[in-house]
Amino acid sequence: MESLLALSIGVLVATSVYLMLAPNVLRFIFGLVLISNAANLTIFLAGRLTPGAPPLIAEGAAAPAKLVANALPQALVLTAIVIGFGLFAFALVLMFRAYTTLGTLYSDEMRVAEPRENDSI
Amino acid sequence: MSEPTDAPRSGGVVGLLPVALSAVLFAWFMTHTPVIAAAGSLRWEMAWVPALNISLSFLLDGLSLTFALLISGIGALVFLYSNTYLGAHPQFHRFVLFLLSFMLAMLGLVLADNLITLFVFWELTTITSYLLIGFGHETTKGRRSALQALFVTGAGALAMLAGFILLGFVAGSFELSVILTQSEMLKAHPLYVPILILILAGTFTKSAQFPFHFWLPNAMAAPTPVSAFLHSATMVKAGVYLMARLHPGLAGTDMWLWTLTIFGAVTAVIASILALRQTDLKQALAYTTLMALGVLTLFLGQESGYAMTAFATFLVVHSLYKAALFLVVGCMDHATGTREADILGGLARVMPVTAIAAALAAMSMAGFPPFLGFIGKELKYAGALGVASEPVLVVGALLLANALMFAVAGVVALRPFWLPAGGDTPRIPHEAPWPMLMGPVILASLGTLFGIYPDLLERTLVAPTVASLLGTIEDSKALTLWAGVNMPLILSIVTVAAGTVFYVIHRPLRAWLARIIDALPNFDRGWDRFLDGFKTFARWQTRIIQTGVLRQYMFANFATVLVGLGGTMVARQVAVTRPDLTDATWQSVALILLIIGGALVATATSSRIAAMAALGVVGIGVAMIFIVFSAPDVAITQLLVETLVVVLVAVALLRLPTLDAGGKRFRPVDAALGLGVGTVVTLTLLAMLELPLDRRVTDYFEVTSWSEAFGRNIVNVILVDFRALDTFGEIAVVVIAALAAYALLRTTQPLGRGKGKDEP
Repeated sequence: MESLLALSIGVLVATSVYLMLAPNVLRFIFGLVLISNAANLTIFLAGRLTPGAPPLIAEGAAAPAKLVANALPQALVLTAIVIGFGLFAFALVLMFRAYTTLGTLYSDEMRVAEPRENDSI
Repeated sequence: MSEPTDAPRSGGVVGLLPVALSAVLFAWFMTHTPVIAAAGSLRWEMAWVPALNISLSFLLDGLSLTFALLISGIGALVFLYSNTYLGAHPQFHRFVLFLLSFMLAMLGLVLADNLITLFVFWELTTITSYLLIGFGHETTKGRRSALQALFVTGAGALAMLAGFILLGFVAGSFELSVILTQSEMLKAHPLYVPILILILAGTFTKSAQFPFHFWLPNAMAAPTPVSAFLHSATMVKAGVYLMARLHPGLAGTDMWLWTLTIFGAVTAVIASILALRQTDLKQALAYTTLMALGVLTLFLGQESGYAMTAFATFLVVHSLYKAALFLVVGCMDHATGTREADILGGLARVMPVTAIAAALAAMSMAGFPPFLGFIGKELKYAGALGVASEPVLVVGALLLANALMFAVAGVVALRPFWLPAGGDTPRIPHEAPWPMLMGPVILASLGTLFGIYPDLLERTLVAPTVASLLGTIEDSKALTLWAGVNMPLILSIVTVAAGTVFYVIHRPLRAWLARIIDALPNFDRGWDRFLDGFKTFARWQTRIIQTGVLRQYMFANFATVLVGLGGTMVARQVAVTRPDLTDATWQSVALILLIIGGALVATATSSRIAAMAALGVVGIGVAMIFIVFSAPDVAITQLLVETLVVVLVAVALLRLPTLDAGGKRFRPVDAALGLGVGTVVTLTLLAMLELPLDRRVTDYFEVTSWSEAFGRNIVNVILVDFRALDTFGEIAVVVIAALAAYALLRTTQPLGRGKGKDEP
């Protein structure tokens, strides 16, 4: 199962790379969402997969009685999901703003900060 | 820049404080002369960066004492002079700060006994010199000269640092006093040649040896007291100092001998020819300084007692007369408003004291008896005759240089004061005020005093300096005015005769020289071309690397990931075994297919709604993975976030154009890169899965979650307790993102839309 997940992470990365290289920034944002998922799954996979044993301590016990899922990557992924969302939301708004200001969604045409040489000279 | 005005004004306490400080330092160094004269030395040490074996250690011996006395003594006089010369300048306080910093850095340089400490002080002098040359920063010339000096000496210093580090490793210590005891080992070491080349790169640039000489005349853009102090008496001698300091350790090889002799001789001859070509008195003096630096370098190439005595004597002689003459030129400039040799004349009547000081200093420079310059010159010839291999060459070079210097001395001190003027000066001349006269008068008188009583100088400074160079005081030769009729005396007479001829014909000679020199390649112009070429190169490679196209940047990033990960796997020969699929259930296979399918649809579709839905499918598939594999908290968060993502994208899409207004086409190169990165990621993960899992941190959290933090949900305890600060940071990130998004959305009217539309 872990190998299958590794495979699907590879697919997520491949598609997100293709999307992030697209001329349209909307596609770039789609790629951003996918690559965040890929990153989260990678962290999760690094802690190995344990089905049916959430990292909880039973009432009355001082520690988990049997082997439970790795809690550390879960905590890290939780943080990563939220931060990834913050990044996504900001990128989306930025793109939206760029569109309303510049009138294009194509990153090649967004040349306000770095105008083309033949434009400036 | 605002050079002196007619009504000099003292700079006040700020101007006088450094005078007192340098005088006190001078006096303090003087108290050490008896110990040093007995060939002793003093050492202080204090740990600085013990981990790197760098200590703040200082050594006072004959060589460093001589330099320290010159620096603090001339420093005191220069500060006194500046207080009047520049006292009225609006930025005088800044000037004093720079000059004082320079003086302290220079003292540190000559006293340091640790290579790294020495380098730090060395660079401090470079930086303060940059600030001082660029003091007149409102002129293009000032800025250019300052930068040029900084680049040339700074580049040399970097090479020197590399040399220092090699030297330190070879010798096993960065303490000079330790390094210099291992002379034989160093000279036989295979790294001797690189060490020597790197260090000499630093000293030759600092001391303006040919072909790095061009920055020094340009540095005359600095105010005259700075030129007197830095660019004649002290800083440019730092390179000479370092060569002298390392002489006991590195000298004595053919490479040392020939490099120093040839560079020194060539510098001396070229500089003295160029000096005669100048009409600006300050420029003429600057070139004679180059000549002196060449001669000092030449002597350091040798090992005989005569050469070393000549070195030590000429070092002092030159500092005394050259600082005096620079200050005299400053006085003339101050009084008349010009430094042009062709205009000035007859100033002796109105400026008698300046004229006498100038005459004394110039006669020392020309090498007349009974001035110290005469003794220096005799010793130079004696030292040159002692050069075993090529005495004729060295003596010839010295003879030519000395004769030309004789002529320059006449140009600087004879013409402007005693001969009729060549034109009207911009101002009515008047005698300089006493604080400005102190420097030239004292320095010139010392040159005379030491000439008459050479013993004063010999016992206190010259012999101890020779002792630090050769290890024994016995090799120091006597300083005498009259040594009988010998070869040096005959050479002196020839010098005077040739010098007189040069002086008499210096005007036609100058015109002739100007024609020849202008036809030759010019290093200063070459410097400009070098800089231009450098900037062109920078512009070219910026255009290649910084295209301003987002996709190219992204491509470069992902390609780096591919090469980095893939290259490492190949280089480390990471073997990936066939994946084990036996434990796959049909539910998990379905989940995986869901995720893969969603990702592919999101990539391929040109419908915004389909893309959104596909992203949602991927997100939910990931959440399901979390649920199946025991991460309920993560799954809940993922579901919430996924919902928010879809809502936000939907809201944004309402206002955005459809996805593909002609932008949908297959990009094979990008697809290949994506496939490549995806493949190496999967392979990396598979390789990782074969490694054992380190659960130590997890075990710690499992054990302490209840006992220390009283929580039964271990993930939550980690988030809000063990790693609470991380969570706090996470919240801060979200808040900042929200604030930034709000700020972006608040103003949505189009800006400069016209330009954006017009672009192709």
